Amino acid sequence: MLMRLAEGAAGARILAFGGYQPARVLTNDELATTIDTSDEWIRSRVGIASRRIAGPDESLADMATAAGGKAVAASGLSPADVDLVIVATCTPEAPIPNTAATVATRLGISAPGAFDVNAACAGFCYALSVASDAVRAGSARNVLVIGAEKLSQWVDWTDRSTAIIFADGAGAAVVGPVTDPDEGPGIGPVVWGSDGGMADKIAIKDRDSFIVQEGQAVFRWATTALHPVAKLACERAGVDPADLAAFVPHQANLRIIEGIARKIGAPQALVADDIVTAGNTSSASIPLALSKMIERGEIGSGAAVLLLGFGAGICYAGQVITVP
Amino acid sequence: MAMTEPEILAGLGEIVDEVAGVPADQVTLEKSFVDDLDIDSLSMVEIAVAAQDKFGVEIPDDQLKNLKTVQDVVNYVHTAEVSA
Repeated sequence: MLMRLAEGAAGARILAFGGYQPARVLTNDELATTIDTSDEWIRSRVGIASRRIAGPDESLADMATAAGGKAVAASGLSPADVDLVIVATCTPEAPIPNTAATVATRLGISAPGAFDVNAACAGFCYALSVASDAVRAGSARNVLVIGAEKLSQWVDWTDRSTAIIFADGAGAAVVGPVTDPDEGPGIGPVVWGSDGGMADKIAIKDRDSFIVQEGQAVFRWATTALHPVAKLACERAGVDPADLAAFVPHQANLRIIEGIARKIGAPQALVADDIVTAGNTSSASIPLALSKMIERGEIGSGAAVLLLGFGAGICYAGQVITVP
Repeated sequence: MAMTEPEILAGLGEIVDEVAGVPADQVTLEKSFVDDLDIDSLSMVEIAVAAQDKFGVEIPDDQLKNLKTVQDVVNYVHTAEVSA
């Protein structure tokens, strides 16, 4: 007996983005009153001027819901049209329940498939790839993909090597099928990978621990191993890096971002620098940065943008997308 | 064939200029990277990576932290090249 397969779509595309940041702004000067650091030191080492921190009663699901709700509203779909919700996060409130089901219910999305993905700072790119494949394979019609983090609850606020870096926020995208046959796919092939041998370089070792990072080792890896991943993602999508309108890497460190950007060979590409005012929000950073760039009109509809997520695991993933 | 110390110093000067914008002629043997040339730990990593490309000598992080002066790096590269 032959089983039937689901009928899929010729391609998947992003219909809309949405972002959310908590109201509380934490500046470098404010951090310098409690730990031995300075505005100049933080700006020159990581490129951050200020970051956003969730309020005491503001949960991960609150932020994910806010960003997801904006993306669904901007997509023109109704919540009933969404049949899969994926939340990328490495800072869930609890091991169970997952965040995705809670967020879906709060958005009025009835009985969707719902799961969380943990690929740390690469999480959004992983989730986006899975969403694209689900639409193409027919497992889902429209997918809400959210990257959300509340890293502030895992930071030792007396540790000047991490307290200056990590922040809170959420970003989201709605992925749907390509319906116009003349239109190409809007999400290119993913290039992803991992190396558990570097697991200890960025870690929260157990539930009583804070986030630790070996800055130099991570910096060396990020500035030497990732540009080939970025170039391969372009090659697999058939997009010349010279034709990229923007490069939106995970907002880890401005010097890493600039280092990778220089090596890709994309002189026309606007390079996302949302880290300056958003800090490092792990899986939220890419959709958050991208949603703001689109909102400000910096990249137009149809433009090719390279995404590149990388971080703890270590895990990394990149793909080219078309701006909705 | 292994490079001479002056050749390594000249190559290192080019790297430091490129990575940190410090003119190559200021990169002299007695200088401390942090105290004299105002180079931070991340730039040291970039210098180590560039040195690997230029000299074919890997400088891992646990070795890098011991290399305080220009002389230290020149010696490290020279020793590694000779023993290679």
